[in-house]
Amino acid sequence: MEFTRRTFLKIGGLTLLGLSAKPGWQVFSKVAAPEPSPDAEALAKNKWGMAITFRKCWKEEGCRDCIDACHRIHNVPNLGILKEEIKWIWTMPYEEVFPEHEFEVTEEDYQRKPVLLLCNHCDDPPCVRYCPTRATWKREDGIVMMDFHRCIGCRYCMAGCPYGSRSFNWRDPRPFIKNVNLDFPTRTRGVVEKCNFCVERLAQGLMPACVEACKEKALVFGDLKDPKSQIREALKYKTIYQRQPELGTKPKVYYIL
Amino acid sequence: MYDGKKIIPGLLIFLGLITYPIWHNTVSGKTSYVPKPEIPAGKKECVESKAFIRINHKTLLEDWKTAVVRNGTTTYLASNQKKYNMSLTRTCMNCHRDKTKFCDQCHTYMGVTNKCWDCHIYPQEIKRDQRDGIY
Repeated sequence: MEFTRRTFLKIGGLTLLGLSAKPGWQVFSKVAAPEPSPDAEALAKNKWGMAITFRKCWKEEGCRDCIDACHRIHNVPNLGILKEEIKWIWTMPYEEVFPEHEFEVTEEDYQRKPVLLLCNHCDDPPCVRYCPTRATWKREDGIVMMDFHRCIGCRYCMAGCPYGSRSFNWRDPRPFIKNVNLDFPTRTRGVVEKCNFCVERLAQGLMPACVEACKEKALVFGDLKDPKSQIREALKYKTIYQRQPELGTKPKVYYIL
Repeated sequence: MYDGKKIIPGLLIFLGLITYPIWHNTVSGKTSYVPKPEIPAGKKECVESKAFIRINHKTLLEDWKTAVVRNGTTTYLASNQKKYNMSLTRTCMNCHRDKTKFCDQCHTYMGVTNKCWDCHIYPQEIKRDQRDGIY
């Protein structure tokens, strides 16, 4: 048989077809949809939030139980320098927290009252958008987390946070921690830190440290998705405030009048 | 060769000086030094086999970090089906209480630096620092 141009093309075409059979089969045989990891699913069942009742919080003047408990557990240093202060939970005068409120007549009594502040764990956190390394991100359960390993200390998140919830370690914090808690790492120079809603305690089934420390039960923590949870009960039909809700960050820390 | 009497002894002295570290270490027995990480007494097994840990301890710790911090899981299922809490401080350092006697042995020998201890604390460190009056 003569090997013509026609037979060459035939054999060539068949060879190509044969070679493409396996990869073609692999592509079209099964398309497995990416399943969410079981952890993500478990986390997404909850949406953590906190409610702070002013009246209960102001009962004892100068009370710092929640602040001390939080800072002790999380190895937050007390630097003694206001400019470099590291704060996870702190207080500020009422009129500075809610400057849009009316003070002359209605809320006169609230002036100079300390308002408890912490990371709002926003639904739409600006800090997460700003972080160039994804060192901060929003977990499925609404907690805005911080990965200290990844933080490069650019402080974009601090500029992005409208609530001043983030602090930067300008110096090594270790010498400024009185009693080190072994169960939680300290931070190092050059990372940003903030409240983490006691993620490590939630994983063990415990309430956040500040909630547990409050004698007056002014702080209520719970799952916002569960209509029967403590926090939903606490928030029901109440006049609530959020910090700067007009920014659209949807804070998950509520203040009950 | 001009001035050979000076050049050759000079070269020999130069060679002797430049190779000083090599033969000094040979004579003092440092070349035969092997790092001896201290195995905690009374503990029989690690989370994984010795061979696995030796090669993969870095990736294991990295995976633990990712799992705990980023994925929110805390339990590690070892290859022998035992469950461990994924924690450097609470699991690893619970047995290897002093990193200077364990981690540093090889790390110093190999010139490896890591930043674990900038933030994480090991039990023995607290004792030492309390003695020195830092905390």
